[in-house]
Amino acid sequence: MAQIELKHVSKKFKDDVVIEDLNLTIKDGSFTVLVGPSGCGKSTTLRMIAGLEKQSGGEIWIGGRCVNDTAPGQREVAMVFQNYALYPTMTVRGNIEFGLKNKGIGKQERQTLISDISEIVGLTPHLDKKPQNLSGGQRQRVALARAMVKKPKVFILDEPLSNLDAKLRNQMRTELIQLHKRLGTTFVYVTHDQMEAMSMGDEIVVMDKGMIQQADSPLKLYHDPVNLFTAQFIGTPAMNVMNIRDVQGLELEAADRVGFVGFRPEQALIGVNKNTEGYCLEGEIITSESLGAENIYQIKTGSGVFFVKTFLESLVKTSRVSVVIPYEHLYYFQSDGERIREVYIRSQQLVSAGGL
Amino acid sequence: MTVWEKLRPYSMVAPSIIIFSMFFIYPIFYMIYLSMFDWNFVSPTKTFVGLQNFKELLLDADFRQVLSNTTIYTLLTVTLTTGLALMLALWLNRKGVFHAFVQGAIFSPHIISLVSISLLWSWLMDPEYGLLNWAIGLLGFGKLEWLSHPSTSLVSLVIVAVWKGVGYNTLVFIAGLQSIPKDIYEAAALDESKPWTTFMKLMLPMLSPTIFFLVIINMIGSFQVFETIAIMTQGGPINSTNTLVYYIYEYGFRFFKIGYASAAGVILLGIVGILTIIYFKLLSKRVHYR
Repeated sequence: MAQIELKHVSKKFKDDVVIEDLNLTIKDGSFTVLVGPSGCGKSTTLRMIAGLEKQSGGEIWIGGRCVNDTAPGQREVAMVFQNYALYPTMTVRGNIEFGLKNKGIGKQERQTLISDISEIVGLTPHLDKKPQNLSGGQRQRVALARAMVKKPKVFILDEPLSNLDAKLRNQMRTELIQLHKRLGTTFVYVTHDQMEAMSMGDEIVVMDKGMIQQADSPLKLYHDPVNLFTAQFIGTPAMNVMNIRDVQGLELEAADRVGFVGFRPEQALIGVNKNTEGYCLEGEIITSESLGAENIYQIKTGSGVFFVKTFLESLVKTSRVSVVIPYEHLYYFQSDGERIREVYIRSQQLVSAGGL
Repeated sequence: MTVWEKLRPYSMVAPSIIIFSMFFIYPIFYMIYLSMFDWNFVSPTKTFVGLQNFKELLLDADFRQVLSNTTIYTLLTVTLTTGLALMLALWLNRKGVFHAFVQGAIFSPHIISLVSISLLWSWLMDPEYGLLNWAIGLLGFGKLEWLSHPSTSLVSLVIVAVWKGVGYNTLVFIAGLQSIPKDIYEAAALDESKPWTTFMKLMLPMLSPTIFFLVIINMIGSFQVFETIAIMTQGGPINSTNTLVYYIYEYGFRFFKIGYASAAGVILLGIVGILTIIYFKLLSKRVHYR
């Protein structure tokens, strides 16, 4: 078990700065997910922690030890790769055993460790098979077993579920959460899928362009994003954002200039309730998707095209609707994307008065 | 179904079947047929002698030396070429102008005609005025006889073969090395694998199809060595570089003992045939991943 600290870490590939002055503390025993669009530097960060990539500057500490000059094998981390990176010429047993052999662990102990681990991940019947004879899910388990058997202080997982089909992905997701609970080891997990991040992580680090946008718990990220990027990255569909120029009938007073106003699709109300105080938009439903419990509408208004999500309500059939967003659910951002929290609304229009 | 519809597929493959039969199948059977006759190429009569030619061949001390020459030549050429190529490939398997240049340089002999190479090396290996003797003289060693002495002649030919073949082999090895996913090495690094262990336990097994392919291809090629011998040594001195194909050539086209030469040809066919069968048997067991 170990806490990981990244202090002023930077990474350049030739003249290309991928990561600049990154500071991050990954708590001991946490399930931390690094999430962001591709090319945001999350995988590079992960690989630097594992020691597969050398940082250009800064320090990396694992469990109170600076590992800047420590070889990957000596860092007491284990990694699960996106493509599993199993040794194709070895059997499942050989794959799991390889690291132990290199550590010089005796045969008797290796046997016990392997049989214990394969029991946990359900590989016992497949120990003598080669990876090419296994299914995707089984290969994934071998990769996990190979990592677990070393009893590392830190587990590093680089998009481990991206090669699995949807059903298996959900299953492995729960298995990984259970595994984390059971082991209590620090997990560092990289994904580009915010749903995966939200469902698995107890700490989420949102990254973009080599910088940390926000590091928080999933709920905090959702309810209290610090900037426009996080607000739009977390949640499906993404937060609706209007440029302040397109916003009419909303007079705001704030210390900083408001550049953007946003609201979550699921917090907007479609029409009807006249007594709700909020910002009102008139628009036309372009598409509506019904997923059973929830309906997602795409609505074209004078201020742009927005998504609205409703739960357990019957599908709205009319094409022209008014959408009300309660004032407390409006998010304000500066034009550079920074969140503005202290905003007063001077003229609160009444819903019944109509929006546009 | 009309007659034409039935015949059409056959007419499509007919040209290649005819050419293949004329130039591959027929000569093979004709050679086997000739191996049982005594014939001098021009006389209208062929005398049937049964397996007499084979009996003579196997009792001939020269032929036994030819077989052993060919085997030694093949073993040396194959091990040296493959081994050296593997080492070169491990060294050259990285980006950079210098490495690309070396790769190109060692590959260039592959595209030069063997006749030119043979002439070039005859000159390099000249005992009196050759560049090689001059070079080892600079290092303080005595002159070598190279092609002119039975003790060094076969090895000299091996050197030429290795020089010509190593570039192509290296290229194939580099391709093999590049097909190993990078994350395998990373996983090995995290598994605390030492470079030697990674090489022996991961790289070598994953390269085994490549190694195998090259060994067999080189073996078949070496068993049929001809040009260098015809130009550089003519099988001499004292039969020390006489190999199977050159032996066949001499008996067939210089002594005009066609039946006898054909019998030797059948033996060569047998050896190469066995190697090919081994190759395809083992090929079916090669490692596939994903």
